[in-house]
Amino acid sequence: MAAPKKAAASAEHDKTNGGSPPEFTREQELKALRDMLLIRRFEEKAGQLYGMGAIGGFCHLYIGQEAVVVGMQMALKEGDQVITGYRDHGHMLATGMDANGVMAELTGRRGGYSKGKGGSMHMFSKEKHFYGGHGIVGAQVSLGTGLAFANNYRSNGNVSVTYFGDGAANQGQVYESFNMAELWKLPVIYVIENNRYAMGTSVSRASAQQDFSKRGVSFNIPGKQVDGMDVRAVKAAGEEAAAWCRAGKGPYILEMQTYRYRGHSMSDPAKYRTREEVEKVRHDQDPIEQVRNRLLAAKVSEADLKAIDAEVRDIVNASADFAQHDPEPDAAELWTDVYR
Amino acid sequence: MPIQVLMPALSPTMEKGNLAKWLKKEGETIKSGDVIAEIETDKATMEVEATDEGTLGKILIPEGTADVAVNTPIATILADGESAADLAKAPAPAAKAAESAPPAAAKAEAPAPKAAPAPQAVAEPDPEVPAGTEMITQTIREALRDAMAEEMRRDPDVFVMGEEVAEYQGAYKVTQGLLQEFGARRVIDTPITEHGFAGVGVGAAMTGLKPVVEFMTFNFAMQAIDQIINSAAKTLYMSGGQMGCSIVFRGPNGAAARVAAQHSQDYSAWYSNVPGLKVIAPYSAADYKGLLKAAIRDPNPVIFLENEVLYGHTGEVPKLDDFIVPIGKARIVRSGSHVSIISWSNGMTYALKAADELAKEGIEAEVIDLRTLRPMDTETIINSVKKTGRAVTVEEGWAQSGVGAEIAARIMENAFDYLDAPVARVAGKDVPMPYAANLEKLALPSAAEVVEAAKAVCYR
Repeated sequence: MAAPKKAAASAEHDKTNGGSPPEFTREQELKALRDMLLIRRFEEKAGQLYGMGAIGGFCHLYIGQEAVVVGMQMALKEGDQVITGYRDHGHMLATGMDANGVMAELTGRRGGYSKGKGGSMHMFSKEKHFYGGHGIVGAQVSLGTGLAFANNYRSNGNVSVTYFGDGAANQGQVYESFNMAELWKLPVIYVIENNRYAMGTSVSRASAQQDFSKRGVSFNIPGKQVDGMDVRAVKAAGEEAAAWCRAGKGPYILEMQTYRYRGHSMSDPAKYRTREEVEKVRHDQDPIEQVRNRLLAAKVSEADLKAIDAEVRDIVNASADFAQHDPEPDAAELWTDVYR
Repeated sequence: MPIQVLMPALSPTMEKGNLAKWLKKEGETIKSGDVIAEIETDKATMEVEATDEGTLGKILIPEGTADVAVNTPIATILADGESAADLAKAPAPAAKAAESAPPAAAKAEAPAPKAAPAPQAVAEPDPEVPAGTEMITQTIREALRDAMAEEMRRDPDVFVMGEEVAEYQGAYKVTQGLLQEFGARRVIDTPITEHGFAGVGVGAAMTGLKPVVEFMTFNFAMQAIDQIINSAAKTLYMSGGQMGCSIVFRGPNGAAARVAAQHSQDYSAWYSNVPGLKVIAPYSAADYKGLLKAAIRDPNPVIFLENEVLYGHTGEVPKLDDFIVPIGKARIVRSGSHVSIISWSNGMTYALKAADELAKEGIEAEVIDLRTLRPMDTETIINSVKKTGRAVTVEEGWAQSGVGAEIAARIMENAFDYLDAPVARVAGKDVPMPYAANLEKLALPSAAEVVEAAKAVCYR
């Protein structure tokens, strides 16, 4: 396994943070490992269930990008909101949403977070301050800015963490939102998850300005490129951005340089990139292996790590079991929740 | 010959204005570009600049005069070498002009397309108003403003956002005074960013705030329709009832006057197609007020379609502490037994005028104001059609896939055996709105078309 800081997902990586990010405590490393593993195993299981026909429609997996949402979540405090696009299962698990409820939504069952009526791209949890799960590329950016507007209106000190991809970053309403967020000094962290491909279109083929941290320049929004494969770098950047927002200074942009191992969705053969490219990132930069290697270097026993693996597998297997046995929604549910 | 200064039209829908102030005195020299007077329109106080040079000869309309019709001579300017003695040569004396001056468009072949009459006295009492309630006369614009102000006083989570709603006091003056009473935290000027601020409003609403989002006109809401439909209307369902949004999208909808295709369109059918939205399009001042208050309190996303042409019209509004009109209830505005005429918003102008005409010919029309398009009050329509056996729908929007088509289908589904004639639709013509005054008039429905349709279904 490669050393954590070696060859980054893109050439810009070395601009990040200057040197190594602050070290994690052992507890933080273990938590990061456990939370990222949960997402990884959950997504693998979802892919498997999709292949079996238990999950229908679109299913966008987060595998490879786990450090982004786990690191950000470690930088937040209670009440901060999270909103994202359609590659959203990882965000739900990271905010503490129950794996059973998420998996049962993927299978369209009544115990799903949306009673089976939302599916992969549309889940919400008021309790965990997770505002979706949105299927229209870029729409969540205006909505997330609205969450920040509400925080400002209520002066509650909370921050809206609004995730979107390198593809969504080219949508017009993103810049409408940037303008309002800076104009009104709204507490919103725009986390651009640059996984290098908007479906099948690489960043270089779609973006005139490929440094996404600069996308707020004309609105005077500060931005930073972050090694999104290193959970420590993500957490450090998230804390910096959150402090900026909470100080009333307005929005902050974090470009997370990351990579998705799987296709855009389950039906994507990913012919637009080479197998070697994927293998290289997996081998050199895998966010989970980075943490595991550090823990092993710090003399955490294999047995302890295996215990974490086992715990995570139990959760995921239980969720798959629940999601396949929970009944479909009652037919009467067709007509509920249109109005309240 | 002395030059006449005419009362200018300062907005597409202005028919008259108040001469607030003269800034020049008789005998003063005037240069082109000098501000000579201030005029209050229903939207704003505007300055009148001289376009001619000379001496202000005579002020024909004194300051403080209200309701001066557009194109009325308000003053004369004497050119070099002319004197007061030449004033007699000016064509029209003031008093007469003030009464009879035709609007600008009337000089052309067609009369002003938007010379809609004020809402007429209704024949049927409003069931929402207790007998003996004191009524106040208000413009629809004022009724809307009062509705928002009352709800903002009642609930600190209600706020208003949109273009020019605060400092400017509203592009159509509907939000006048709100900034002064509620401050910039709750009355928020946005950039020209419909898509973005609609999304910001929906996001804020998802947290429990109750935004009133003003679109300067619903034509511009096309930029935001994704957020309205995909985010606002569907989230409650997609979240299994967990997360919805209480939000009102409001603003003028439909044909204004002489602003052509991109600024003249009726979105009634568009929004009323969508489950998850409620759609309201009132006609009377009282309904504008009572329904906007109901819309703001409603826990669902509500599309509140106003009509620019009606903003300046006055009506009787109940003087009650908390006057609410229920969403989803049509109102029989005029009862009759021969034919049901079903309309809403400005379509009611044609419907009521037609009912008057029909009465002269012995046809008693029952006129129903839908007020809410979704949920539609099918029961009131069906009960009326069961009585009359005949129905005409009236809308400014296009006929294809229109609200009239929906009403006709519901009548067919629920009262087929009661029909004595096929349902007739009067609608906007199947063309983009033209600019020319005569063509615009032709593109819109008219009372004459409603009369013709009503007679046709009565086989008269």
